[in-house]
Amino acid sequence: MAATETVRLPAHRDTVAAKILRAVGKLPLQIFLAVVALLWLVPTIGLFITSILPASQIASAGWWKIFAHPSLATFSNYSALFHNAGLTGAMKTTAYIAVGNTLIVVVVGALAGYAFAWLEFPGRDWIFIGVIALLVVPLQMALIPMFRLYNTSHIGGTVLSVILFHAAFGLPFAIFLLRNFFIGIPKDILESARIDGASEFWIFLRLILPLGLPAIASLAIFQFLWTWNDLIVSLTFNVTPITVWIFGQLRQFSSSIDIIAPASFISLVIPLVIFFSFQRYFVQGLLAGSVK
Amino acid sequence: MSGASITAEPPPKAAPPETGGEGRSRYRTGALFLLPAFILLGVWLVYPTIYTIVRSFFGQAGYLGTWVGIDNYRTLFTTSTLTTAIKNSAIWVAVVPAFVTAFGLLFAVLTERIRWSVAFKTVIFLPMAISAFATGVTWRIMYQQNPDQGAVNALGRTVSDAFTSPGVLSNGQPSTTALQPHGGGLVLKTPLHPGGVALLGLTGIAPEDMPQGSQQAAKPAGRSGAIDGVVWRDFKPGGGKPGVVEQGELGLPGVTVELKDSSGKAVQSAKTDATGSFEFTGLSPGTYNAGIGAATFAKPFGGYSWLGSKLITPALLIAYIWIWAGFAMVVIAAGLAAMPREVLEAARTDGATEWQVFRRVTVPLLAPVLSVVFITMIINVLKVFDIVIALAPESVRSDASVLALAMWTSAFEGGGNFGVGSAIAVFLFLLVLPVLALNIRRFRRDA
Repeated sequence: MAATETVRLPAHRDTVAAKILRAVGKLPLQIFLAVVALLWLVPTIGLFITSILPASQIASAGWWKIFAHPSLATFSNYSALFHNAGLTGAMKTTAYIAVGNTLIVVVVGALAGYAFAWLEFPGRDWIFIGVIALLVVPLQMALIPMFRLYNTSHIGGTVLSVILFHAAFGLPFAIFLLRNFFIGIPKDILESARIDGASEFWIFLRLILPLGLPAIASLAIFQFLWTWNDLIVSLTFNVTPITVWIFGQLRQFSSSIDIIAPASFISLVIPLVIFFSFQRYFVQGLLAGSVK
Repeated sequence: MSGASITAEPPPKAAPPETGGEGRSRYRTGALFLLPAFILLGVWLVYPTIYTIVRSFFGQAGYLGTWVGIDNYRTLFTTSTLTTAIKNSAIWVAVVPAFVTAFGLLFAVLTERIRWSVAFKTVIFLPMAISAFATGVTWRIMYQQNPDQGAVNALGRTVSDAFTSPGVLSNGQPSTTALQPHGGGLVLKTPLHPGGVALLGLTGIAPEDMPQGSQQAAKPAGRSGAIDGVVWRDFKPGGGKPGVVEQGELGLPGVTVELKDSSGKAVQSAKTDATGSFEFTGLSPGTYNAGIGAATFAKPFGGYSWLGSKLITPALLIAYIWIWAGFAMVVIAAGLAAMPREVLEAARTDGATEWQVFRRVTVPLLAPVLSVVFITMIINVLKVFDIVIALAPESVRSDASVLALAMWTSAFEGGGNFGVGSAIAVFLFLLVLPVLALNIRRFRRDA
């Protein structure tokens, strides 16, 4: 008791001095973290600067040269890309896949999540365990059979084939996440709606979806980013979104760098914008997926 | 209302059996809600999983092909390209989860003490939004071998130059066979006696590499009791005669010349002046060897071959840790935020140092969160594909190969062996299967 008071008193007396002391004491930590943050930013900055340098410059010197010669910056790489039919087509494909998959996963996942949370049917919990079991199936398990199946049907090589593949592999997590969220919606709300004669579908549309919006938002962001960034699925099924398109250029890495760098940067702009706009949901989804 | 904190409530009981019609309609509604999910999961997940397991026991091509038993699995463990993939995946599992968790813990704990923690976390977390494929491209630019192009090697050169400066004449070559390579440097073949003259002519030095302030070289006369000599650029516009000091040929200043006695022991060393001349004085009679030390010819830092076959896996690991450290940090930071502050304060009041608090209180309390991060990372690492195919040049892809990549190349590239591809997929599945048990246990505990 006496000891704690003798420790505390001086701190109270000269707060300003103590604050300065504490700030100085933290200086090494501040510097360390600032250096770490800088190191973490360098690769992305390097990609961006490489993307705005003319091809002749990239071949002869590192991108950091731009700090000495800012006039080297040019957007000609980008304007050339936007006139490249291959790339603009690939961007459209990426957008179709990401949006289509997100819609399907959210709708189908929410329907199933609601059923597992609030509808009564035999073997419900066992089926749910089965869905959880599917969470760990690596998508490599389905590449060969679906490749065969797609090749023998009309769906092969279409955007839809990729969307449906992604949707199936996104569903177990979607159902898991939404079921756990929906089950926390107060029972009274649903019960009184049922007593009033509302159909299950009305309840789903008018109560569950609005109340479940935070979880649905997290899910949608994750699904969107996951499919936007995918390479392996589209590559296997011969569909060309932006990642596969860039992959096709990689063989001549050095000579095509003025295409590869800006295209890669374009491919990560949308995810970055989404990340910064919906950071809260992004982190929430991450935590729901891992800390549960 | 956060999903994570809510415990499962028993769902509403089904309608009593008397109102059978309504009960059956409830079931029908349930089936209707589940139908789309079941179709998708059935066709794209359950059927393929069963097919792939069966397929892994059959031959290369066809819907099933011929029955080969466990031959595909035997191939997996005996073919060198595939065992390389297994070995690399093992390295990934051994390295990445530990580093990612450690970085995440370090950053999460340290950012609690600074004002700009939100900015810091955003920066570290940023790579999570970027595709693994784009990350591969990004780091491929970072890893270019030429230090003038790759940032990693440029940093390496800065560090390397701080400790060992490149030699004055890194490209110098002897102009005649009188000079022989010796231990990285050059030495005069013919031994010298006091009074002799050493002519050390070099070529292969570009004009722009000539040391500043060099002047016309001159052949020294020679003095008794001393060895005189000259180091010069044995070349002038038009060529000149090798081994002869001519008008228009410049001396090489700042070169360290070493003199060794007949036993090979260094007795003296001298630096050349602006005309390239040097002198060793006060020598006792005997034979000596004059030469230029290795340091003079030290090559400048040429950059590590990060994208070569030896370093490609470490290069990939660094890039992958760069992506995922942010994930670990955010999850662990959430765990820290949920930790009872009183416990930490109590430990501090009891006189524990910050390190003791961290080691004895924070880490044990965080253990469940840390293990979740660790396990998540093991699964992620086993399935890694995009970053390898984007970062590793095609020539070293087989050196960088991992299980998921080996599965893909086996099945869809070259020969297209569906049997082996299926076997690798099943092997991958078996490796992540223990996590399934964990997931189910967690669900049953919660429910």
